[in-house]
Amino acid sequence: MKKSRKSLYIFIAAGLALAVALALFVAPWASSEPDGLEKVAEDKGFIEAAEETEPAWEGSPIPDYAMPGLDESRPALATAMAGLAGTVGIFLIAWGLALLLKKRGDKEEVDTSGGLPVRE
Amino acid sequence: MHIPDGFLSTGVAVTTAAVSAGVIGYSLYKSREELDEKSVPLLAVCAAFIFAAQMLNFPVAGGTSGHFLGGVLAAVLLGPWLGSLVIGLVLLVQCLGFADGGLMALGANVFNMAVIGCVLGYFIFYGIKSVLPKKRTYFLAATGIAAWLSVFLASGVCAVELAISGTSPLSVTLPAMLGVHSVIGVGEALITVVVVGLVLSVRPDIVRTYDYQPSIPEFEEAEVGQL
Repeated sequence: MKKSRKSLYIFIAAGLALAVALALFVAPWASSEPDGLEKVAEDKGFIEAAEETEPAWEGSPIPDYAMPGLDESRPALATAMAGLAGTVGIFLIAWGLALLLKKRGDKEEVDTSGGLPVRE
Repeated sequence: MHIPDGFLSTGVAVTTAAVSAGVIGYSLYKSREELDEKSVPLLAVCAAFIFAAQMLNFPVAGGTSGHFLGGVLAAVLLGPWLGSLVIGLVLLVQCLGFADGGLMALGANVFNMAVIGCVLGYFIFYGIKSVLPKKRTYFLAATGIAAWLSVFLASGVCAVELAISGTSPLSVTLPAMLGVHSVIGVGEALITVVVVGLVLSVRPDIVRTYDYQPSIPEFEEAEVGQL
């Protein structure tokens, strides 16, 4: 029983390590060509619609996946650091959010059963 | 396929945002019963992996690149509701943290990639899976076909949104979007099949949609014991 739980956490740690490795070592060398939608917008002449529009949100701490301060001198490092921050950040946010949602669910289950936890 | 601000009319932005909010709301509601000791860490690692993998643009023909979207991956690993929360969260963080995808277009991006790419992708996967023999190989085949279709369909819906917004006529944008994403979808299918195959070979019990073998009952008991 303990073993199953332990192996789950090893699996999660390995998955996170893989994601971080991809962000650190592969993302800086990813293709910088426009993606499918951008390319279609360029070819079909409507990319200006985005270029001429003020974005509704300009407070992004790491715009365009380049860590500020590094983007001029070390673009590969700027991308790697942006990827690291995003990958670890989203891991923590997702875990926290899931715990919050789960906790809320547990509480309500207890409430509706008169104090006894029910499981399907 | 992240739509920037400026491509969509207010009507399209508001309508897609309303539908997306409804689906995400339902997912949040469903998450109460679906989240357990196993799915909390799996959801977190799934979000981290999809975020990282979305940064890896691979070249496709003619000076264009594509990247992984992960809708069907999330749906196969976690089911459509937790899966759409993962994709929604990735899109929100990309929009607010990395200026990838416009804030006014966030509802449309969630609609295309979480509602179409993940929830509809799940039902396509489920439909294909249920007519195929109950074997691992066919499970992976259903995963791959659904992954390809999810990207293909999402790009078509994106073209429809651009057309309704008056940004670019459907006759021009639809073939162009479907054409390039039919190639990008191959990358999506390959990555999804490799990752799901890898997880199946290590921990088949945590793949929510893989119900071809009995789950490990001891694990469930262990959870109850710890609560």
